[in-house]
Amino acid sequence: MEIADALKESYIKGFLNEGKRADSRGMLEFRDIRIKRGTIDHAEGSAEIELGGTKVLAAVKLVLESPMEDTPDQGNLIINAELLPFASAEYETGPPTPESIEFARVVDRGIRAGNCIDLKSLFIEEGKAWTVFVDLYVLNYDGNLLDAGEIAAMSALLDTKVPKYEDGKAIMKERVKKLKVDNIVASTTFGKIDNYLLLDMDGNEEKVANARITIATDGENIRAMQKGLNGSFDKSEIEKLLDNSFEHYGKLKKIIQNE
Amino acid sequence: MASSLNKPELLKNGKRLDGRDFNQLRNLKIEAGVLKNADGSAYLEWGNNKVIAAVFGPKEATSKHFADPNKAIIKCRYAMAPFSSLEEHGRTGPNRRATEISKVAKEVFENVILLNEFPGGEIDIYMEILQSDGGTRAAGITAAAVALANAGIPMKDLIYAVSAGRIDEHIVVDVDMLEDNYSDADMPIAVSPRNNNILLLQMDGGFTRKQFDEAIEMALESGKEIHKIQKDALERCYKNINEK
Repeated sequence: MEIADALKESYIKGFLNEGKRADSRGMLEFRDIRIKRGTIDHAEGSAEIELGGTKVLAAVKLVLESPMEDTPDQGNLIINAELLPFASAEYETGPPTPESIEFARVVDRGIRAGNCIDLKSLFIEEGKAWTVFVDLYVLNYDGNLLDAGEIAAMSALLDTKVPKYEDGKAIMKERVKKLKVDNIVASTTFGKIDNYLLLDMDGNEEKVANARITIATDGENIRAMQKGLNGSFDKSEIEKLLDNSFEHYGKLKKIIQNE
Repeated sequence: MASSLNKPELLKNGKRLDGRDFNQLRNLKIEAGVLKNADGSAYLEWGNNKVIAAVFGPKEATSKHFADPNKAIIKCRYAMAPFSSLEEHGRTGPNRRATEISKVAKEVFENVILLNEFPGGEIDIYMEILQSDGGTRAAGITAAAVALANAGIPMKDLIYAVSAGRIDEHIVVDVDMLEDNYSDADMPIAVSPRNNNILLLQMDGGFTRKQFDEAIEMALESGKEIHKIQKDALERCYKNINEK
């Protein structure tokens, strides 16, 4: 395994030193993104994204609950991620790993900080509010789960329809209106290999990368950021990547909106 | 970052509620070498935050499965004591938030510790938040850096962490709990002061591109003061040994 890793590393760095990537993409270019919406009928909303070889299914379930004591006039948004054991030979069954927790929390942070779902709009009447569960199922891993997850989660939320509410009960079979989505956040995740900065790393590139940064924006504001891995960025690198992240927003927004 | 609705006034007469200027840190005190059994330790008070950090190692990796024949591995635990919050009694041990912080903190220390010097080894880093008042991950990392130095672990740099935030249109540094609950943005960073490389960066809320520049500038500037307090703590610790 270690020999294979070393070979991968020299293969990827060999390309980078010539100013190229193994799949002939530009340094700051996404792989092709394909989205199928509404693939899970039983979920109130769903979207399956393919970002190159990475495949993530996001499904939204709405559950009627009583609001939390400290926020009696609003519902909740809960985002969770499962790295399924068949998504990569390196994933195993068991309790959530730090990676899966980080993944879910970074996706959550962008959507929450972007005020995409107004939690007050999920309130129905005293003691009743919707909780929006977004489950991210990683079906196949080939790098950049974070952006795939953010795009899938946003797409699934836009696909979501709210069930009918009558006499204190939810009628799950009847969906009456679209879920109110107030803002669209999209993220861009960059990696650093030696001193090269690349957007949307595939699985091999992520193995070699020494630093990673995720930037989520809504086109106007930076909404969330997360640096990962044990390498570092300097200020000017982050500034360059912030500018690049804003440049990608328009296109990602259209993909999320299915335009 | 919570909702900006029902936001109380966080500024009075151009100052923050606790009387601080926008670029002013809360009072920061660090004491190195506070625990006997740990190989290195530090106690930190930063505003109303109280943190104890401890380090064990380098030692032989306790689990052969996770040992790396080429370098030492790091185990890192950030946890909030159940009594640390003013509000309620929490649960013992790390939750999802703490698991994420432990992961990013581990990556910070992997950057600066000379792990290659200890093949097959392990270094344990503990950050226990005894009392929390906003900015606990910055407090934990800042304390752990001192504990690592106190343990004599070879490092490229004595790193620090601090957060920057935004209240209305003002960029502020070292956000406290009340500000964090209602502020418009929060961005903790960890920095290697030797080259100002950024080792940890998390952010949520809203920054324009320009506000980001201002926030990072302010955080780096305040870091000079934090770094000096860390060095003073270490110096004091070894001076005391000489006197004894």
